Amino acid sequence: MDLVAILGLNVVNGAASLFLLCLGLAIIFGMMRIINLAHGEFVMLGAYAAVIAANAGVNIFVAMLIVAPLFVGLVGIVVERCLIQFLYGRLVDSMLATWGLSLLIIGLVTTIFGNTMQGVPTPLGGFAIGAYRTSYYTLFLLAVAIAMLALVYGVLRYTRFGLIARAVMQNPEMAAVLGVNPARVYMATFALGAAVTGLAGGVLAPVSGITPVMGGAYVAKAFITVVGGGAAIISGTVSASGLFGFVNQLGAYFTTPVYGEVILFVSAIILIRLLPQGISGRFFKGTV
Amino acid sequence: MSPLLAVEGLRASYGRVPILAGVDFTMAEGEFLGILGHNGMGKTTLMRTIMGSLPATAGSIHFAGTDVTKLATHQRSRLGLGLVPQGREIFPTLSVEENMRMGLAAAKREDRAVIDGVLQDFPRLVRLLDRRGGALSGGEQQLLALARCLCAKPKLILLDEPTEGIQPSIIEEMIETLQTLRRRWSLSMIIVEQNLDFITSLSDRVLSIQKGRITGEVDRERLLSGDVAMTAA
Repeated sequence: MDLVAILGLNVVNGAASLFLLCLGLAIIFGMMRIINLAHGEFVMLGAYAAVIAANAGVNIFVAMLIVAPLFVGLVGIVVERCLIQFLYGRLVDSMLATWGLSLLIIGLVTTIFGNTMQGVPTPLGGFAIGAYRTSYYTLFLLAVAIAMLALVYGVLRYTRFGLIARAVMQNPEMAAVLGVNPARVYMATFALGAAVTGLAGGVLAPVSGITPVMGGAYVAKAFITVVGGGAAIISGTVSASGLFGFVNQLGAYFTTPVYGEVILFVSAIILIRLLPQGISGRFFKGTV
Repeated sequence: MSPLLAVEGLRASYGRVPILAGVDFTMAEGEFLGILGHNGMGKTTLMRTIMGSLPATAGSIHFAGTDVTKLATHQRSRLGLGLVPQGREIFPTLSVEENMRMGLAAAKREDRAVIDGVLQDFPRLVRLLDRRGGALSGGEQQLLALARCLCAKPKLILLDEPTEGIQPSIIEEMIETLQTLRRRWSLSMIIVEQNLDFITSLSDRVLSIQKGRITGEVDRERLLSGDVAMTAA
């Protein structure tokens, strides 16, 4: 019974982490069809921002939840203005350019902070379920994931900005005819996606090894989840990260963490073969 | 009085294929101007170039005293140009109400009263407000596209082939709605069409377009008799 509880907690935690990792990418890819291969580096920048702020004496929660998204959001605005705005509608070019960007960011961070592992202690301590111990931080990650889900859903579904963003996503030319400047919406959306990604990096910082090349571990997983989720940002990301998080954690428990990843990728390939439009293209048509 | 819209020597192309080969015309405020032409003569291209969705390669467009030739689409829209495009371009996964709210996207504040005001002239849309735009029939979508455009309170509406694929009963309803709107809103409109009845019953003046040029005004007598030899230059 304890084992089931702890395993369930791990599964939920895996899904929540995956969801946080993917949400920013889903916003950027889903809204603008830009494949941001520097997504992993945005996560890394968020983690660095949080760790450096925390080690400089900023409260760890402020560092994770405010400094990290703010910093990466600003980076996102700069990147969009200098690079991405010229690449809309040019899928292959955007992949090349963002791949170059990811190398640049890795190089810059390595030059400034060195190729060593940084870290920050995991806050909140732990608790026991029977013979097993786990940390309260697991629950905190889950709470952040749920809060982000509610926040992004609320913004897209109920605000005027969300309405305009959804309209631009469906038909930018018609939105422009109605007086919307699509370039402004793209910039804001890219910044939002970057900020959400920065927040993911921030909250994952205490539970990951932080190095300049850590982004590589996230980017493939995040992409396959977004593609598996399909066009709908929220319902797609929630369903795909739930499914893949579940498969990954169970696979890791019954074999090893490495095979857990392998099982995740194999199941993703099967899913995309069966549902080329992703989960939301089949089951949640027309949702946000 | 200066014209509401003055188009001079306007050229536009898709890639290297020229479509507009020097279009000239002017229209006055309050006028309903028809533009008649077969498929492929450049009607939709003309509308898209006036709106700015397609760049002009030569010539100029003056709207309400401003040179808009180089302005982006959204800037022209904010000056009071409205387009009801061919194919209607309803946002398919937005509800009817959300589609209408998009008509207010450029306004400083989203004023619900504007939508309610517009809906009075579109009773058919009232019971559909929660429906997804993509689930509407062609005729309902056409009414919605017009209503959405009106929410932005344009000075000039470009109406591109509104009768295409629409059942005759709705075409009648659209003619009546447009005539009502004309009286109430003091609208100006360019109607691009192939449907003779529709264009004749709404337009003050009808121009014909051929191979990317305006070839002259179509005589009203001939319009009414249905004898329009558009193939003759």
